[in-house]
Amino acid sequence: MLSRILSEDFPRSKTLTALLLVIVVSLALGPFLFDGIRAFTTLGMICVFIMVVAAYDLMLGYTHIVSFAHTMFFGIGAYGVAMAVDGMGNSFGAVLVGIIGALAVSFVLSLLLGLLSLRVKAIFFALVTLAVAFAFLSLVTQLYNITGGEDGMRVRVPRELGPAFRPFENSLPGIDVPTLLKGLLTQPWNIGQVWQEATFEVRFNGRNVMYYVLVAMATGVFLFLLRLVNSPFGRVLQAIRENEFRAEALGYRTVVYRTAVVILSALVATLAGAGFALINRYVNPENTLNFELMVFILLMCVIGGMGTLYGAIVGSTLFILAQNYLQDLLGWVGQYTAGIPLVENLLGEDHWLLWFGVLFVLSVYFFPAGVVGQLRIWALQRRNRKSPPPSGPEAEPVAQT
Amino acid sequence: MSSEQAVLETRDLTINFGGHVAVNRVSCQFHKGTLTSIVGPNGAGKTTWFNLISGQLKATAGQVLLNGEDLTGLTAARRADKGLGRAFQLTNLFPNLTALENVRLAVAARHHIGHVFWQMASHRRDLTDRAMEYLTRVNLANRAGYLVSGLPHGDQRKLEVALMLALEPEVFMFDEPTAGMSVDEVPVILDLIADIKKQQDKVILLVEHKMDVVRSLSDRIVVLHNGELVADGEPAEVIASPVVQEAYLGASPDQQPEVAHG
Repeated sequence: MLSRILSEDFPRSKTLTALLLVIVVSLALGPFLFDGIRAFTTLGMICVFIMVVAAYDLMLGYTHIVSFAHTMFFGIGAYGVAMAVDGMGNSFGAVLVGIIGALAVSFVLSLLLGLLSLRVKAIFFALVTLAVAFAFLSLVTQLYNITGGEDGMRVRVPRELGPAFRPFENSLPGIDVPTLLKGLLTQPWNIGQVWQEATFEVRFNGRNVMYYVLVAMATGVFLFLLRLVNSPFGRVLQAIRENEFRAEALGYRTVVYRTAVVILSALVATLAGAGFALINRYVNPENTLNFELMVFILLMCVIGGMGTLYGAIVGSTLFILAQNYLQDLLGWVGQYTAGIPLVENLLGEDHWLLWFGVLFVLSVYFFPAGVVGQLRIWALQRRNRKSPPPSGPEAEPVAQT
Repeated sequence: MSSEQAVLETRDLTINFGGHVAVNRVSCQFHKGTLTSIVGPNGAGKTTWFNLISGQLKATAGQVLLNGEDLTGLTAARRADKGLGRAFQLTNLFPNLTALENVRLAVAARHHIGHVFWQMASHRRDLTDRAMEYLTRVNLANRAGYLVSGLPHGDQRKLEVALMLALEPEVFMFDEPTAGMSVDEVPVILDLIADIKKQQDKVILLVEHKMDVVRSLSDRIVVLHNGELVADGEPAEVIASPVVQEAYLGASPDQQPEVAHG
């Protein structure tokens, strides 16, 4: 059963399995495990970016297509919903029209981009996508009459997805895990009180409903892509990654496959963008179309591990956590280092971006194949030390380094 | 020329690399059940001619016909699909996939299921079984689960041949299939070629430098020199002909010892 759902593509490393379980449980029970609006926003962003990064990994990790237009498709989804709701009122019909319209626009644009890869290869293709993405960004900024320009747009979501909607009469019980852990570490003799401090009331509202819609979307998209990469189609993509010339010589029309991947990836990004607009309720060029965002997506993909798909979950979680909480962590460490010259300065909250960078350098150094790829390599090496190398017909292939 | 229609034909096939004519108006017909060796010194245009036939290069002029159908405008992928099988001179595989996966990709290409995205690749027993058959035929069954990048050169050469077998083509094009193989591995490939020949309904083209191999397997030898077809006929007759002695053996003295012992 599990094997069918995961398309037989298991984490293949105990550490990774544990890590994924923690992430998945945290996301699934998120609103009941983490108190506060900031935690809620972070959870939502992780769900959105799991989709975005998984779709990007399909292109980059599985097919070796480098595209910088991924945020464009994300933005099309976000603005599609925002504009539809703006024009037609906050009904589910409007949301649906927005999503379908955005998917249609993305389909046409990605088809054109995909066909372009017939003529323009590798780095040149990447540059063309970059140019297209920038053109789109400036278009959105210029057309402020309909897009709000730099100011962006507020998204008036349907009532059922907003804070006013209350599906349950009573509030539900929640337990704030960070508070609990902190209490257990600092005053374990006081369990009763710690527990009481950690419990909170979850006022389950429409935003939580939207969050669970996102969780469902991310789950669906992820499992679909997992099946896709383990299908005969996915194998052809890997063949194109490994040796496009040879794939062509075997009779695969590689342009068709590449185009299909570009389109699919664009559609998923669009869908994720629509989800983003509905949970964030505000879109502007900076949070949907910015080139910085594109680089972040690339980083999440690389940090998680290219060509693993699970890397999308690990990469987006680690990245978004670091982005949102590194500053807090530094502030907390800063309490204890205050007064020590130089260290005090280096660990200042204002320098979080520096440490952000240091973290990446370290992660690339110690996890050259990405977190997922490296954990798998280590697990495989451990197994090989115990038993001889693979010999069965379906022995597991080693992750790409 | 036999009266039955040729399976494969090149008509005045020419390619011009910015002034250098690598293949010059080569016309040749190939019939069912025959093995033709293509010989000539290095740089004679043998591999280029192969590339023109299988579509890796676009001809400047001339045509390639398969069973009378003009393939000249088609891509390599379409030509492979039509039945032109090609094994490459320099090993050309999918390095970070297993040997089994490499062959399975060829089987999937042959059966047109590359677009299937809803099934598990590993659940297609039919593909796996077939792929294992071909691996067995080239003596690689025990290497199925190995990544290709970790296989020794000889095994990679065999796998290259297995990929072509899996395409079940009508025309087999071997480009120095035994190059770089150890002496005890060579017979596996030669037996395979002999097997295909026995089926009587395939066309086999073989580029090979080892004269003993050429002599023992060929029904016919075609000699290329400076991109031109300079001799064509029965093996014994071609090898003895003065034009070959001069063009092929004379131009490339380092080939002579091989001929002497073959």
